[in-house]
Amino acid sequence: MIRIFGRGARDGASLSDNRGGPWGPGGGGDDDGAGGEGGPRNPWGPRRRKPPPGGSGGGGPGPFDELLRKGRERFGGGFPRDGRPYWLYGLIVFLLLWMMFTSVWMIGPQERGVLMTFGRYSGTIGPGIGFSLPAPFGRVIKLDVQGIRTIQIPASGENLILTGDQNVIDLAYSVRWNIKTPELFAFQIADPEATIRDAAESAMRAAVARVTLDDAIGAGRADIAQRVQQSMQQMLDDYHAGVQVQGVAINQSGPPEAVNQAFLEVSAAQQRAQSAINNARSYALQTTARAQGEAAAFDRVYVQYRAAPAVTRRRMYYETMETVLQHVDTTIVETPGVTPYLALPDIQRRGRVQVQAEGAPAQ
Amino acid sequence: MNRILHNPIALGIAAILLLILVYSTFAIVPETSQAVIVRFGQPERILNKYQAGENYGQTGAGIAMRWPFLEQIVWIDKRIRSIAMENQQVLSADQRRLEVDAFARYRVVDPLRMYVAAGTEDNLGSQLSPILASALRNELGRQPFSSLLSPERGQMMENIQAALNRVALQYGAEIVDVRIKHADLPTGTPLDSAYERMRTARIQEARSIEAQGYRQAQIIKADADAEAIATYARAFNQDPEFYDFYRAMQSYRTSFLTESAPGQPPRGRTNIILSPNNDYLQQFRSGAGH
Repeated sequence: MIRIFGRGARDGASLSDNRGGPWGPGGGGDDDGAGGEGGPRNPWGPRRRKPPPGGSGGGGPGPFDELLRKGRERFGGGFPRDGRPYWLYGLIVFLLLWMMFTSVWMIGPQERGVLMTFGRYSGTIGPGIGFSLPAPFGRVIKLDVQGIRTIQIPASGENLILTGDQNVIDLAYSVRWNIKTPELFAFQIADPEATIRDAAESAMRAAVARVTLDDAIGAGRADIAQRVQQSMQQMLDDYHAGVQVQGVAINQSGPPEAVNQAFLEVSAAQQRAQSAINNARSYALQTTARAQGEAAAFDRVYVQYRAAPAVTRRRMYYETMETVLQHVDTTIVETPGVTPYLALPDIQRRGRVQVQAEGAPAQ
Repeated sequence: MNRILHNPIALGIAAILLLILVYSTFAIVPETSQAVIVRFGQPERILNKYQAGENYGQTGAGIAMRWPFLEQIVWIDKRIRSIAMENQQVLSADQRRLEVDAFARYRVVDPLRMYVAAGTEDNLGSQLSPILASALRNELGRQPFSSLLSPERGQMMENIQAALNRVALQYGAEIVDVRIKHADLPTGTPLDSAYERMRTARIQEARSIEAQGYRQAQIIKADADAEAIATYARAFNQDPEFYDFYRAMQSYRTSFLTESAPGQPPRGRTNIILSPNNDYLQQFRSGAGH
């Protein structure tokens, strides 16, 4: 009992001597109180603590000492006190946590984990929980293989491309891709994203250089996108990039801003030409319809006329004259012998007055 | 000994020393790197050297050992890397200027040679970049402008790659691919004149479309007129003399009577002076006895 106290005191003393660890002074103080013969390094300690007389402990511990001892035993029960201080446990707990956090991997349903053991590729972890060696020895790179990523080209502004007939077009497109083979993606290429972008740009330029301006901004667009996708995939497969090009979409393909006006002029001309043609068609419709109408009317009248030509002719003549002469001023002049004075201005004036007189009551 | 074991400071120092020893003896060579072990500046051996067609998991990656403090490890990238050539003005064989962006992809296949000749990857990149530019300029200078925009471009790229590869091999690198990213007309006169050509071509197209439209419109109208004439002729030719009379009657109504407001009777503003000899007054003149 005494020996244990003594050792405790010694260790406590050396701890508190060497460094002021958080447990050092506490332990020392405790033991100083219990076994005062450990060395009166604290000049005031003995005086304040009232050490029991007789260093051997034979004097019998008082009830206060007994209480202290019990308390210490209960308190330090889980931690043996012979040379294994608390920091060791801290280290063990830390190592356990470290292992837990760096060797257990949750792989999501859309992810794959590229597992490396001592730096060497040792498999791909599917969705679920996977294990690796703890941190410096094992490593897992999590990669999203399902998620389709999109690269927009150009990021902003105009993207001028030369066509096969040496014209310039402004083209914006996007490339959708995902990871096909995770380990290739992780190990093969220094900067995969930039590589995909470069591949897309060069493939697009090569494809556009093969077609004419009209194809590039018009009907050939789907074809170009198809060809770019194929040649990009070819290029990336040659690099073993582990990338799948899902699609190339041409978002906008048109003339550059500087010549846009002239291109608009073409479509305006198309509109004008079309509207001229439309007008001509409606004229044609009108003209032929009218001709057919008049011809049909004549045909019908003529059939009846032939039945009784002389009478019909006479009747039509009188009816027409009646209608006409009813509404116009008529003057009858006996011709032979009389030279009529034709007061034309007067006739005209009279006509006008008559018109006004007739118009007035109508209002 | 007992005191050392129970002394955390001593334990800590010992642990740190041990760690340093372990770290300077063992190294983890990842799949993405090749390692050159250098003893006093003298390359000793190569770990995880690139082999064409090898599979991951069967490479030289893994734990490497070396003599602590005597040997250093120089890491060299095993992946495909890129060198870029930004916006170079290139003159084609027919003296046309082009602004060209290109990139080359390479891989270090001989890390030892690369370490001796270039040292680091960045250094290698800056050595190869001007060579890419000059190879490109040489090759493009031999070709007419139009061939840049043609399938022969592939052959040209192969020539450039071969030329660049000859130099790159001296640095222990292998060129995987050379591609032109941009090939544009330089801004200023060349681009402006191209624009002008495009503009005039479009305007020509616009005029031609318009003229074609008008031409077609004229033809449509003329066809309609012809058809109308035929229709009229077919009908009226049955009796030209009656047509003359019938049409004259219609004509009198329309000429002498103007349409007034709808619902009102037509009204004429014409003065007609008739002679009693007029056919209309025939009965008037002759009397009942005639």
